[in-house]
Amino acid sequence: MQDTLILGGIEFTNRLFTGTGKFPDKNIIPKILKSSSSQMITVALRRVDTQAQEENILNYISKDIVILPNTSGARNAEEAVLLARLAREAGCGDFIKIEVINDNKYLFPDNEETIKATKILSEEGFIVLPYMMPDLIAARKLKEAGAAAIMPLGSPIGSNLGMQTIDMIKILIENIDLPIIVDAGIGKPSQAAQAMEIGADAVLVNSAISNAGNPEMMAEAFDMAVKAGRMAYVSKMAQENEHAQASSPLTGFLNA
Amino acid sequence: MLNVQNYDNFNDILLEYEDFNYEKYLSEVSTKDIELSLKKEHLNQYDFLNLLSPKAFSYIEEMAEISKKHKLRHFGKVIQLYLPIYISNYCSSDCSYCGFSKKNRIVRKHLSQEDLEKEAIEIAKSGIKHILVLTGEASKKADMKYLKMAVTVLKKYFTSISIEVYPLETHEYKELKDLGVDGLTIYQEVYDKEIYKEVHTSGEKTNYSYRLDAPQRGADAGIRALNVGCLFGLGNIYSEAFLSALHAKYLMERYFDAEISISMPRINNAAGDFTPKFNINDKTYVQFMLAYRLYMPNIGMNVSTREEAKFRDNLIDIAATKFSAGSKTDVGGYTDVDKSTAQFEISDERSVEEISSMIRARGYQPIFKDWEIIR
Repeated sequence: MQDTLILGGIEFTNRLFTGTGKFPDKNIIPKILKSSSSQMITVALRRVDTQAQEENILNYISKDIVILPNTSGARNAEEAVLLARLAREAGCGDFIKIEVINDNKYLFPDNEETIKATKILSEEGFIVLPYMMPDLIAARKLKEAGAAAIMPLGSPIGSNLGMQTIDMIKILIENIDLPIIVDAGIGKPSQAAQAMEIGADAVLVNSAISNAGNPEMMAEAFDMAVKAGRMAYVSKMAQENEHAQASSPLTGFLNA
Repeated sequence: MLNVQNYDNFNDILLEYEDFNYEKYLSEVSTKDIELSLKKEHLNQYDFLNLLSPKAFSYIEEMAEISKKHKLRHFGKVIQLYLPIYISNYCSSDCSYCGFSKKNRIVRKHLSQEDLEKEAIEIAKSGIKHILVLTGEASKKADMKYLKMAVTVLKKYFTSISIEVYPLETHEYKELKDLGVDGLTIYQEVYDKEIYKEVHTSGEKTNYSYRLDAPQRGADAGIRALNVGCLFGLGNIYSEAFLSALHAKYLMERYFDAEISISMPRINNAAGDFTPKFNINDKTYVQFMLAYRLYMPNIGMNVSTREEAKFRDNLIDIAATKFSAGSKTDVGGYTDVDKSTAQFEISDERSVEEISSMIRARGYQPIFKDWEIIR
C-alpha cells in the first residue's frame, strides 16, 4: 500500500513520530528509532548542546531521520520565536514544533500565543507544526497563520490517559485541511491505533516509549499499532452499532 | 487547594497558621486519616501534614511507590546536574548557623572578573551547563554591578544561570533576568518568626518579610525557576516542613508558568560550631521528601552535597530531580588559588564524572543542559 504523508515537502512512509525526552540513556534513542521505523523525532532545543560530543543529543540521531526541534520551555510567543531561531542556528533544519506552555500544573498549551508564534515563524520560512489544545477555531487560525500541520493533544503530556479529546480531534480531522498529528497523552499502542482509526495523519509518542520497561520493544509495538490503525482507516472500516441490526426492519415493508 | 487569589503575599497564609497546634494535630492523626490521604489524587495541606506525622512512617514504602510514579511521569528517568559557584563570601549579617557569618574570623574572598572567568573555565571543563551563583548577604560588597558582571561572564560558559544571593527588589531581579538569569534560589532558613529573630542577630538578613517575599518578587520579574526551602535544624521540623511546602505550593498556584523546586538542606558543620536544636534523622528526612512529592507531584527536588554519597544515591529513584556534583563551597574553590574558608562541609566529594556514572548505573540519564539563555 503506497500511503505517504507529506510534510514540508518531505514524504513520510511511517506515521509514528517519536521523542527524545525522559530516556534513561541516550543510547536507547538510535535503538527505538530503528525498532519503531519512525522517520521523525522531536528534540527540545533547550537540551541540545552542539558544543558537547557525548552529551549532544543530535549525535544519537542518524542523518536520514528528520529532526523536529521543539520550543519546550517557552512561556509565550516571543520566547518560542527566539528558541525556534536558535534551533535553526544549531543546525536543526526548518521544521519547528511550537510548544508554548505557561501552565505547569497541566502543561496545557496556550493556543493564543501559539497562533502568534506560528505566524511569525511561518513568515520566516519555518515549517511550523504547532502543538495545541484541540479547538476548531484556533486550528483555523493556525492554518491561516501558515501552520504546516496541527498537533492537538489527546490528553495532558505524560498522563498516558489516551484520547480524552477524541470528539474535538474528530472535528479537526473533519474540518481542517492540514495533516492532524495527535501529540501528547498517548500511553498505549491501542490508543495510538484509535487515533489513526479515526483519521489522524500521524501520532507523536514519547513518554509511553521512554518510560516503558523495554523501550525498544514498546517502540515496535507502537509502530505496529499505528500501521494497523492507519490501514483500518484507509480500508474504510465498518462503523460500530449499538445494537444488532436486523436487515431493513423499518423499510422492509417496501419489499413485501 | 490553596486559594491563593485571596492573598497578597505568603505572609497572609503564614498568619493563618500562627496559632496552629502542630503537636496536637500530629498526635491525633489516625492511621485511617493517613490511608485516606494516601488514596487521594490531589492532596490538600492537611493530607500533607498527615503524611509528615510520625505515624505515617509505617507507610513509607507506599509513599515511595507513589512518589516514584509521580517522578517518572513528570521528569522521566533523568537527573539534572548543576554546580554552585561561590563568588564572594563577604557578609554583613550575623547568622549563628552560617560559616560566612560576619563575626566569624575566616578567610574572605571576592572573585575578580579575571578569577571568576578562570573558575568558569575550570567548571565548564566538567561538562556542567547549569550554574548556581552564590554570595553572602552583602548588598554593598557584592552589589548589583558586581552580580551583573558575574552573570555576563558566566553566560559565556553556561546555559542556565541561577542565583542564590541576598534578596533583591523586583526591578533588580528583572535586570538580572534580562541579562540571562533564569533561576532564583532563596531559602527562608526558618519560617518560625521567633527563631528567625534569634538566629539572625544583626545585618541585612534580619528582615524576615523582605526575605519571605523575595521568591514572589523574582516571579513577578519573570524569573522562570524558583527554589525555596527551610534549613532543617533551626526550627521544629514538622512546622518548618509544613510551612516551606506551603510556600512552594503558594508560588505554584500563583505563578502557573514558573517551575517550582524545594530543597531540604540540613545543618552541616560550619565555622562557628553551631549545634542544631532540632535534628532530622535520615528516616524522617526521606519520609518528608516523599510527603513533599505526594503533595506537589511535579515539584523539582534538589539534593546537595551536604548529604552523604550513599544516602543521596538512594534518593534518585524515589524523589530527587536535581543533583549538584563536585561542589566547592569556598570562593575560588575550583581553581584552587588562595582559597577562602568554605561555607559548610561537603559530605559527598565525588566528581561530576563519578556522579554521572553512578546515575547511569542506576538506570537514569544525567542531564547537563536543559535550558538555553534566549536573550
